[in-house]
Amino acid sequence: MISLRDVDKTYQTRDGSVPALRGVSLEIGDGEFVSIVGPSGCGKSTLLMLVAGLTPADRGSVVEVRGRPVVGPVTDLGIVFQDAILLDWRTVLDNIMLQAEVRRLDRTAHRARALELLRMVGLIGFEQKRPFELSGGMRQRTSICRALVHDPPLLLMDEPFGALDALTREQMTIDIQRIWLTTRKTVLFITHSIMEAVLLSDRVVVMSPRPGRVEEILTIDLPRPRKLDESGAQEYTRYTSRIREIFRAQGILSRE
Amino acid sequence: MAVDERLGAAAAMPPAESPPARPRGRGSGAAELFQRRVMPLLVIVLFLGVWEVLCRVLDVKTYLLPTPSRIWEELVRQGPSLVEHTWITTYEMLLGFGLAAVVGIGLAVLIVSSPLFDRSVMPVLIFSQTVPKIAIAPLFIVWFGFGPTAKVLVAFLICFFPIVIDTAIGLRSVSPDMLNLARSMGASWWDIFLKIRLPTALPYIFGGLKVAITLAVVGAVVGEFVGSTKGLGYVLLKANGELQTPLLFAAIAILTAIGILFYYLLEAAERLAIPWHVSRRGQEGNWTM
Ligand SMILES: Nc1ncnc2c1ncn2[C@@H]1O[C@H](COP(=O)(O)OP(=O)(O)OP(=O)(O)O)[C@@H](O)[C@H]1O
Ligand SMILES: [Mg+2]
Repeated sequence: MISLRDVDKTYQTRDGSVPALRGVSLEIGDGEFVSIVGPSGCGKSTLLMLVAGLTPADRGSVVEVRGRPVVGPVTDLGIVFQDAILLDWRTVLDNIMLQAEVRRLDRTAHRARALELLRMVGLIGFEQKRPFELSGGMRQRTSICRALVHDPPLLLMDEPFGALDALTREQMTIDIQRIWLTTRKTVLFITHSIMEAVLLSDRVVVMSPRPGRVEEILTIDLPRPRKLDESGAQEYTRYTSRIREIFRAQGILSRE
Repeated sequence: MAVDERLGAAAAMPPAESPPARPRGRGSGAAELFQRRVMPLLVIVLFLGVWEVLCRVLDVKTYLLPTPSRIWEELVRQGPSLVEHTWITTYEMLLGFGLAAVVGIGLAVLIVSSPLFDRSVMPVLIFSQTVPKIAIAPLFIVWFGFGPTAKVLVAFLICFFPIVIDTAIGLRSVSPDMLNLARSMGASWWDIFLKIRLPTALPYIFGGLKVAITLAVVGAVVGEFVGSTKGLGYVLLKANGELQTPLLFAAIAILTAIGILFYYLLEAAERLAIPWHVSRRGQEGNWTM
C-alpha cells in the first residue's frame, strides 16, 4: 500500500535548510496498522504529509502509494489531524458530508453511511449540533467519521488524540481498534503514546531525533482485540519497555 | 478626523475565536435586556438632559450652542426641506458604499489568490489611502462636476480600504490543516473558495463593512463640502456660514442617525448571514456597540 525508499526531506527556511527526514525506508502492507513513535520534531508529521502528497520529498526519494509514485495530493485516503478542524457553520453531519460533497459522491448513500459511522462512535443524536456545542472528544470523533465516510482504503492519523484528556483518549483508542477490526483499512497512526502504539498496531516504527530516521521496527505479536486492562501484562510491557529502551539509548528518556 | 484610527482598528479587529463551550446567555433575560437596550438609551437621555440644563443655567447663546430642545424644534420646522438633502446624501453614501463593497471584496479575492497581484496592487492601494482624500475631492469636482458622481467616488475611496484589508485577512485565516484536508479530498480552487474560504471570511467581511458604512457617511459629506448645491454637507456649510447653529446641529443629528441606522441594518444582516458566529460572539461578552 505504502512504500518509502531512501526518503529525505529538507525544509528550506529563511535561516537555511532544515533536514527533517534522512534515509527513511518503510513498507506498509494492505490492511496493516502501523504506528510511528518518536521524539517531538523528529519528522513524524512530515512523513505523513509526504505520504499524503501534501508536501514533496527531496529529489531521489521514492514515495509510492498503491504502486504509484506520489506527485501531488493523494485523494483516495482519509486524514485525521491533532485538531478536529471542523467548519464552524456546518453541523456535525454536514461536516462529515463535506467529504462527499467535494468528491461529488452520491448524497443519500453517504448520508446514510455518515449516520452509521456516527452511531459507531456514539454520536447519534448529535448530528445536527454545531462544532462549538461539542466537547473536544466529540469533535475529534466527528473528524474521524469525516475521514471514513468515503470508505478510503488508507487512513492517516497525526496524533489524533493529542488534544484529548486521558480518559477520552482511552475510549478513543478502543473505538479506533473496533473500527479497524471491522473495516481492516491500512492505517498510518502517529502518536506520542507508547502504550497506544503497542495496543493498536501490527508494527511500531520507532524514529530517531531530527533528522528523523527509522531506528527500529517492532512487530507486535499479540492477539486481538487487545484490552486496556491487559496493557499492564508482561506480554505488553515487553514491547513498551523495549521502545523506552530505544528512547533511553537516544538520550530522550533519562535512565532514572 | 477619526478616519485613520478607524482604519487601524478595522485591520486589527479579530473576530471572535472559537471559545470553549460555555453556557448560553449571561444573567437573567430581563437583566440582559436592560443592559443591552435600556442602558444605552438611558445614557443618551441623561447626556441630553445635562446639555439642556447646562445651556439654560449658563445662558449659552444659541448661535454658540443651542439646547437639544431648540435643535429638535429646528428639525421639526425645517424637516420637509431637509428631506431632499437627506435623501441625496444617503443615496451618495450608499452608492459609494455598495461600490466599495463590490470592488473591495473583489480586490481582496484577487490579492489572496495571486501573490503577483498582491505584490503589485497592494502598494497602489496603500498609496491611495495615504493620499488625503479631502485633497483629492476638489479634483473629482473638476472631473465630474457638482453632481453626485464626485461624492460617490469620495465615499467609495474613503471606505473601500477597510473592506479590502478585512476581507483579505479573513480569506487568509483558513487553517493550513483545513486546506491540506481539502486538497486531500481533491477539492478544486472553486470548492475551497466557496465552501471554506468565503464562509471563514464572512465575520471579517462584516467587520470591514461595518467600519466602511460609517466612513461612507463621512465621505459623502466631505464630497459635498468641496462643492455642491444639495445634500446635508451643503446644508452644514450653509448653516455654518449664516450662523444658523440650530440648523447645523439638526443636520449633524440627521447624519448621525443615518450612520447608526445603516450600521444596525448591517448588524441585522450579519445576524442572518452568519448566525453561528454571532451566537458564539454573544458568549464572549458584548463586543457589539
Ligand atoms: N513547513 C515547515 N517549514 C520548515 N520547517 C519545518 C516545517 N514543518 C516542519 N518543519 C521542521 O521539520 C522538523 C520535523 O517536523 P514535524 O512536524 O514533522 O515533527 P513531528 O515529529 O511531527 O513533531 P511533533 O511530534 O512535535 O508533532 C521540525 O524540526 C520542524 O521544525
Ligand atoms: Mg507532528
